[in-house]
Amino acid sequence: MARQERIGVFVCHCGNNIAGTVDIERVVEELSHYPGVVHVEDYMYMCSDPGQELMRKAIQEKALTGIVNANCSPTLHQRTFRRVAEAEGLNPYCVEIANIREQCSWPHADDKETATRKAIAIIKATVEKLRFNMALTPTVTPLTKRVLVIGAGIAGIQAALDIANGGYGVVLVEQDIGIGGHVMQLAGTFPSLEQPDSLIASRLAEVASHPLVKLYTYAEVEEVSGYVGNFDVKIRQKAGYINRGRCNACGMCLEKCPVLVSSEYDCGLSQRKAIRLPSPAALTFHPVIDVEHCLHFNGSQCQACCEVCPEGAIDFSEEDTFVEERIGVVVAAPGYDLLPVGQPEAYPEDPDIIDGLKFERILSATGPTNGEIRRPSDGKVPREVVFISCVGSRDPEHGVPYCSRVCCMYVAKQALLYRQAVPEGQAYIFYMDIRSDAKGFEEFVQDVMDEGGILYLRGEVSRMFRDGDKIKVWGVDTLIGRNIEISADLVVLARAMVPRPTTRELTRKLNIASDAHGFLTEAHIKLRPVESLTSGIYLAGTAQWPRDLPDTIASAEAAASKVLSLFSREELLHEPTIAWVDEEICSGCEQCVANCTYKAIEVDKRSNVARVNEAICEGCGSCAAICPSNAVQLKNSTPRQFFEIIDVAAG
Amino acid sequence: MRLEISLGRLRNEFVAKITELSGQDINLCYQCGKCSAGCPMSFIMDLLPNQVIRSVQLGLAEDITSSRTPWLCASCLVCTVRCPKGIDIASVMEAVRQIALRRSEDFIDPAGLERDTVAELPPIALVCGFRKLTG
Ligand SMILES: Cc1cc2nc3c(=O)[nH]c(=O)nc-3n(C[C@H](O)[C@H](O)[C@H](O)COP(=O)(O)OP(=O)(O)OC[C@H]3O[C@@H](n4cnc5c(N)ncnc54)[C@H](O)[C@@H]3O)c2cc1C
Ligand code: SF4
Ligand code: SF4
Ligand code: SF4
Ligand code: SF4
Repeated sequence: MARQERIGVFVCHCGNNIAGTVDIERVVEELSHYPGVVHVEDYMYMCSDPGQELMRKAIQEKALTGIVNANCSPTLHQRTFRRVAEAEGLNPYCVEIANIREQCSWPHADDKETATRKAIAIIKATVEKLRFNMALTPTVTPLTKRVLVIGAGIAGIQAALDIANGGYGVVLVEQDIGIGGHVMQLAGTFPSLEQPDSLIASRLAEVASHPLVKLYTYAEVEEVSGYVGNFDVKIRQKAGYINRGRCNACGMCLEKCPVLVSSEYDCGLSQRKAIRLPSPAALTFHPVIDVEHCLHFNGSQCQACCEVCPEGAIDFSEEDTFVEERIGVVVAAPGYDLLPVGQPEAYPEDPDIIDGLKFERILSATGPTNGEIRRPSDGKVPREVVFISCVGSRDPEHGVPYCSRVCCMYVAKQALLYRQAVPEGQAYIFYMDIRSDAKGFEEFVQDVMDEGGILYLRGEVSRMFRDGDKIKVWGVDTLIGRNIEISADLVVLARAMVPRPTTRELTRKLNIASDAHGFLTEAHIKLRPVESLTSGIYLAGTAQWPRDLPDTIASAEAAASKVLSLFSREELLHEPTIAWVDEEICSGCEQCVANCTYKAIEVDKRSNVARVNEAICEGCGSCAAICPSNAVQLKNSTPRQFFEIIDVAAG
Repeated sequence: MRLEISLGRLRNEFVAKITELSGQDINLCYQCGKCSAGCPMSFIMDLLPNQVIRSVQLGLAEDITSSRTPWLCASCLVCTVRCPKGIDIASVMEAVRQIALRRSEDFIDPAGLERDTVAELPPIALVCGFRKLTG
């Protein structure tokens, strides 16, 4: 290993932050006759222009081969100083930070002597580490400028459109038969109440016909391999048993099919056939046969659809097909579900106790009652409707601890839409707090309250039970401190928003993390909110966290702009401080392989030694830690360097 | 005992009367409590001003008519000027009093007052008493 013999040390005062505690003069004095150190200098603010100028001058005049900057945490200015060095022709990986602020002057502010001794030890230890640093250059990998977007809800659609309109190809994969996701089920959208068809129909049409978007509906991502810049994806196109090329969307098969199944789109409020079409607004008119319910696939001879189809498009022998696509990055937008019935506590199962999405269908002009408000049990127009907020949300003991963020708003919206449709009706809203914190939201909620016929009750509900024609709701109004009983015609539960159960499987395929609830995890909640921890995989929409439409679309646009900024480069640069295998020592035991979360190391079958994929390795060091023979090491963080550090620190 | 809340109760005659007499839209109140926070008489009230408004929202006629609050209200208008939703709470208090007064029940019988008592009382107290406590 090369030894850095002409080392410069720069000690920063950080105003009084360091100099107020650490005796800078003594530090400089101590370091100035330390082996290998040929230049020591201190300055008020090293990160300032004059500070950087001192570095530049010293690099040139003393022909430095390495630098230790003693100052704040490397997360703040390591980049700054490495850039200065690079511009002067010094390899940036020969610049190290000795953190004498967060790890020294701040915690020891009351003890100058200890702080000074510790600062000296930290700097000397860093000099020892630097001595064995190698000059490194970032790895370069080619970049395929094509994107896989998973999920064609509004999040996926928006991300796909932004990227395609930026001039790059998009492969958009949707598991359902139509696109749009849950937004297609809504009756109107707060705060401005547009109906989804007027709000997003143009986006749906644009994505379905965009020349740069390859849309796969009724399809799933089967397998993803590779790494940022070069992923290979295998897509399963599920058999729909109807030849898409031949079908002319006449709908005769739908008429003839004898099987009725409860409709997913209408949340069970209407029925569909075993041969089915997506929602009317979803713009893909290809029917598919649902094998779970189709008689033909369940032991009967039924051929009704087949017999009536004028184009002979029905083909029971069709099988799932697979397509392979090469892409550079992925945007995951698999969306949300509502907490299932029965959770968190047993509100009775009753046709007139429904969840928010079902009520959207009842309110919707495209719904099973064509927008007339009729309750599921007997079709009566409900005169008194009780809404219950936070069902399962904010309930760490019985449900989920988080706030679902959209229900306060949609409950207000639904109460308003209900009152517009049934002007003599009365709505009651049980709530704990009203969360209406975005642009125009609080004003919207206040308008709803002012409307009349909508009573907010501050408190929760303990029980509800059927009493003849009514559902009795027992709750409390904590504002007057009295228990309340309401005889309702219909009860709407604002169930918690949760990730789709299938999202876990997707996280495994993509090798990305999800949290305890199953929401996709971002790299950093504040600083990197739309990136996953796996490079090249971005997140959008409600699969990451409960979001309304404005937030969902903003997150999708953010993910798309991350992709576009990556695509503005021709190739990818990857940090070189990654794992390295000494092939002489490696015995091919594979312990490192099992330990690498990024799947970046594998044992080559022929030579039986481990190989690091430089494009994937994140330099986390798990392999180096587990290797029984020290055959894997992290570049510039070798055991030898750490032993030197420990020697100085302990001595 | 659970309080039954229903369409009928929320839109009962009492609520309509208060609305008419006070000219206030009670729905506007979002129960922030600003009125009660500033009320100089709240320390002796059994229902705070915001609770009076809440009780109107819930149609709780009996709670309000049996409360001392409207009678303790000094009509100082602090609540009215401070309400963020522009509700004239003092007018609601007045409406409650009006409803009681219109029942024409006399709580003071001038003829039954002792001569000495009358002599001791400041005249304004007598005027207030007749104004608030007689039909
Ligand atoms: C009752 C209710 C009312 C609401 N009202 C409003 C409102 O008025 N205004 C407002 O702003 N917001 C409202 N919202 C919120 C709104 O629904 C969401 O913000 C929005 O729909 C989220 O879109 P999405 O794309 O993230 O998720 P989704 O709509 O769930 O879309 C996800 C898509 O991905 C697909 N998918 C999932 N997994 C996979 C996979 N593994 N492979 C391929 N495809 C997959 C799904 O089939 C789906 O099409 C409401 C929510 C509810 C529950
Ligand atoms: S074969 Fe299946 S899809 Fe076709 S009509 Fe019969 S049940 Fe319906
Ligand atoms: S948005 Fe409102 S109703 Fe929904 S969980 Fe949060 S506080 Fe409860
Ligand atoms: S007007 Fe009456 S209720 Fe209002 S602040 Fe004054 S005393 Fe209190
Ligand atoms: S100040 Fe106004 S809004 Fe607030 S509680 Fe009193 S009446 Fe209601």
